[in-house]
Amino acid sequence: MSAQTAAPSSQAATHADHAGGSTLPRVMRSEWTKLFSVRSTAWTLLALVAATIGLGILACWGTNHAWPQSSPGDRLNFDPVSTSMSGLALGQLAIAVLGVMVISAEYSTGGVRVTFTTVPNRMRVLTAKALVFTGVSLVVGLATAFGAFYAGQVWFSKRGIGASLGDPGVLRAVIGGGLYVAASGLFGLAMGMLLRRTAGAVTAAVALLLVVPPLTNILPGGWGDAVVRYFTSNAGQQISYVHQNGNYLSPWVGFGVYCLWWIVPLAFGAWLVQRRDA
Amino acid sequence: MIEVRGLTKRFGSTLAVDNLSFDVPPGVVTGFLGPNGAGKSTTMRVILGLDRPTSGTALVHGRTYAHARSPMREVGALLDAKDVHGGRSARSHLLAMAQSNGIPASRVDEVLELVGMQAVAKRRIKGFSLGMSQRLGIAGTMLGDPQVLLFDEPVNGLDPEGILWIRNFMKGLAAQGRTVFVSSHLMSEMALTADHLVVIGRGRLIADVSTADFIAGGSTNHVRVRSPQQAELATALQAKGIETATVDGYLEVRGITCDEVGDLAAANSFTIHELFQERASLEEAFMELTRDSVEYHAPTPGESVGPPEPVVTNAPEVPQ
Repeated sequence: MSAQTAAPSSQAATHADHAGGSTLPRVMRSEWTKLFSVRSTAWTLLALVAATIGLGILACWGTNHAWPQSSPGDRLNFDPVSTSMSGLALGQLAIAVLGVMVISAEYSTGGVRVTFTTVPNRMRVLTAKALVFTGVSLVVGLATAFGAFYAGQVWFSKRGIGASLGDPGVLRAVIGGGLYVAASGLFGLAMGMLLRRTAGAVTAAVALLLVVPPLTNILPGGWGDAVVRYFTSNAGQQISYVHQNGNYLSPWVGFGVYCLWWIVPLAFGAWLVQRRDA
Repeated sequence: MIEVRGLTKRFGSTLAVDNLSFDVPPGVVTGFLGPNGAGKSTTMRVILGLDRPTSGTALVHGRTYAHARSPMREVGALLDAKDVHGGRSARSHLLAMAQSNGIPASRVDEVLELVGMQAVAKRRIKGFSLGMSQRLGIAGTMLGDPQVLLFDEPVNGLDPEGILWIRNFMKGLAAQGRTVFVSSHLMSEMALTADHLVVIGRGRLIADVSTADFIAGGSTNHVRVRSPQQAELATALQAKGIETATVDGYLEVRGITCDEVGDLAAANSFTIHELFQERASLEEAFMELTRDSVEYHAPTPGESVGPPEPVVTNAPEVPQ
């Protein structure tokens, strides 16, 4: 290898033709390549699909099995759609971890310095990351929700207690399950942007989405009820239920509240990424 | 062309870069020299817009790099070869970089060939040696065929063959008229690679000189002489206004050549047992320069603690 090999490439002219620079679609393409060129992405998405559908099947099988012994009260509250999507509790974590990694892996590997050198417009990088990741988590989330729904109804339809997409509120709940997955992914992305470290951001996501929400029930009085109602997944998961519980927010209001839970930290995190030294 | 003007960068109470000004002209390799922790990497990060300066500016082609329209076609930079996701293949890593600036995938294969890495293109970066990582990083800098290139300690951890390769590579880039700015804490390496030197210590400019001037200006260029009539010889030299000192049994003379000392001894019929020119090694010249900047922060009582005067000469002519 000699110094002559550094000669300007035959494509130097071609480069000039492409001189549009680092436009948003180009940066999105780059982020797509980054996302799917590491094995952890495929594994995490596989874990999301398998855990959500698998757990849903297990819940439906169990409910169906116990049906003859169930009380009238249980039967009244029975929601065949939300039962089939019981696995969302785990699925939301898988997608949140992936969302965290989209940002934190850049910081933990140092790759962020290459990224921000090749595209100095940091807002464009963050926008591209968010758009690509939203698209991926929406598609995977919707596919998983519909998969879990159909797989679960197999058990119930034999007994005639299953739901079909044409029933009132069912389509909204199944699509809502997919939306909930995507929103949980963005929650993880927001935590990653805010905290930059994988361990810290994953811990925050697990705590805020899975651990703390049920604990809010121990809070007393009217303000305690309000905290329960508005807390992350307590609000967000309403969109995946057909049978609404009057103590909780309505489906779309709940989902809107859940979105605020990630939009605010995401905006603040993006502002911090712009200001901080990389 | 890189222009750094009054650049200051403070991390909390630490002043990493202190009012630094210099130019990096095209067509030559400019070495950025200083001991570890002198502020070289910080300066490079500020030039690339990764760190915000506390005050001052760093311009590439007359504007801050953060506003570059087509970043990779303007600047190629390798700060740390390990700044990559180890789970990605070499090709995927370069492809993602290329796509972000609309550079065709065929160029990825070209730069892989340029650094001789076609055979390992599909292997994951995790298993790469430091030398391979450096080559991958260099391939990345060349994707956009940029006119300005920055390399931070590119020869660290390389074997002699790799060092030679990078040295020739950088000289080749400069010969094509590109601006090449390369940092190192090794004076000996810079002496072989760089045409011009920007030397800093403790974040301050110590010297902005051509490499040739820097080497010639080493203040420990002196003649040593051993003679049975050493005291008389010293007196004769002092009579001519020449400073002498006795070191390790030798008479050490500055500002005079071996020939002149020999002639003077012959004229006085002194016997000479040994006479030679002692040149400071480049490392010594470098350490002598930077030691002052280090000592500035730990003065002994009663000592003058002013910063050293920067040695500034004009940048060498750009070779045609």
